[in-house]
Amino acid sequence: MLQNSQMKGRARTLAAHAILITYTIIALFPVIVIVINSFKTRNAIFRSPLSPPNSETFSLVGYETVWNQGDFVLYFQNSLIVTIMSLALVLLFGAMAAFALSEYRFRGNSLMGLYLALGIMIPIRLGTVSILQIMVASGLVNTLTALILVYTAQGLPLAVFILSEFMRGISDDLKNAGRIDGLSEYRIFGRLVLPLIRPALATVAVFTMIPIWNDLWFPLILAPAEETKTVTLGAQIFIGQFVTNWNAVLSSLSLAIVPVLILYLIFSKQLIRGITSGAVK
Amino acid sequence: MANSEIPKPAIRWHIAVFLAPAVLVYTAIMIIPLFGTLQLAMYKVVEGESLFVGLENFQKLFGDERWSASFWNALANNTWFFVVHMLVQNPIGILLAALLSSPKLRMAGFYRTSIFIPTILSFVIVGFTWKLILSPLWGIAPDLLGSIGLKSLYTPWLGKEEYALTTLALVSVWQFVGIPMMLIYAALLSIPDEILEAAECDGVTGMAQFWKVKLPLILPSIGIISILTFVGNFNAFDLIYTTQGALAGPDFSTDLLGTFMFRTFFGFQLQLGDPNMGSAIASAMFVIILIGVSIYLFGIQTRLRRYQF
Repeated sequence: MLQNSQMKGRARTLAAHAILITYTIIALFPVIVIVINSFKTRNAIFRSPLSPPNSETFSLVGYETVWNQGDFVLYFQNSLIVTIMSLALVLLFGAMAAFALSEYRFRGNSLMGLYLALGIMIPIRLGTVSILQIMVASGLVNTLTALILVYTAQGLPLAVFILSEFMRGISDDLKNAGRIDGLSEYRIFGRLVLPLIRPALATVAVFTMIPIWNDLWFPLILAPAEETKTVTLGAQIFIGQFVTNWNAVLSSLSLAIVPVLILYLIFSKQLIRGITSGAVK
Repeated sequence: MANSEIPKPAIRWHIAVFLAPAVLVYTAIMIIPLFGTLQLAMYKVVEGESLFVGLENFQKLFGDERWSASFWNALANNTWFFVVHMLVQNPIGILLAALLSSPKLRMAGFYRTSIFIPTILSFVIVGFTWKLILSPLWGIAPDLLGSIGLKSLYTPWLGKEEYALTTLALVSVWQFVGIPMMLIYAALLSIPDEILEAAECDGVTGMAQFWKVKLPLILPSIGIISILTFVGNFNAFDLIYTTQGALAGPDFSTDLLGTFMFRTFFGFQLQLGDPNMGSAIASAMFVIILIGVSIYLFGIQTRLRRYQF
């Protein structure tokens, strides 16, 4: 009887692993195929697409084309500026608003919370026509500032929501001790509360960063000029021009994949801890 | 609350200071443009001047044969796109989460990290990657099917009207299955051990335990996933634009509301862009999303029982 249930348990574990491995292969296979083929000669790409490069088929010709033709360094720089600036603003403004909502009782508090939470459900894209007009009117078209403003507005609702949930959990004693010591409300926020919510800030950072880095819509509409292209838009246009140059296409795809992948692998623990700690409900 | 012990100052300026930046940016870049778009949908440019025309644009969108055919086509495609996600993405996500959350599973961290990788990639990468893999030129998809003796099943899916939309929906499922997986995984982990032990004492184990004990407990999370999927799907654009271009070919068979709005707003080929009609489509999308969100908030969420542990 005992043996039987043990066997059953083992069979179940085996089946679980089988399903998970199958799905892991489905998830990783396309990415791996692209990356290994980007290091191969054109002939080898077509003759044996599934084998890794060897001394005979190894080639960097695709990367050379990308390096010489596309302005990928500039695109990377633009994406980095936009992502980091928007992220900084979302975290700072989001934490400030979340502190106001969770710390003080004032008239219109819950209404304000609801107002800011609207943006979680309603996509900012629906306002695009009007956003473009505003940016044209203020001369911000084809500037990174336009993108930073839009992404800040886009990221704020979820940031305020998650951070204020988190801040409600911070004990009042600490803050009151600070008040008795004569700290101003700003210092209580900056010195006491901000360090305590660092884990939540990291979670919000990951959630905010990924859609900004990957967005195609707003760069395409608000900042399509050569000097303000982001990596995502740059790759889209570059690949469109080089459809027949497989080496170049595969290399540019790999170049777009690898930085995000590295960032993800560094932050994945944080991300998973953030999700599973119930910060997002 | 903290400040009950503190004498109340007349005006607590710091509250305004804390709130102002977020509220200003959010209002100026999100809320005002949203209403601005709704307003633009009621104007029309005649000889260089913007005229108020009331609901004329909507009459055109729903009444004029050429417009309404495109609109209903995009809406129908979008609905199918959503249905595929609900039927494929969310069940797979739940299955994977259920397997991952089983205690003492080895390599759980590895599986979790790997399966989430597609989710972090941009649509541009995902779109082109799958376009290459499914391409008849490269031959990876037919070769793979050939290796299991199913080569006859292969056709250039993205180029066929009857398959293209479903194929793209499945590509999108491939990309986003990580989200339901993670959220359900989190929900499953938050179920206290005592409940599961009690179930085991009653002889409820394995599959039965999942259906009878765990599933009812994670229903609120499934509700959240459904509404997130809905909102995401009904403003999808990037994947279609990357793989099929703004014309959402073949013959508009992959046209979604997002690509339809983009085409109308910016124009394509010989047709000029029309911001007012674009706004009308955006307004229609706004109403659709609002209906979906209201059904969730008032119809589903309030009826789901939440368990406090």
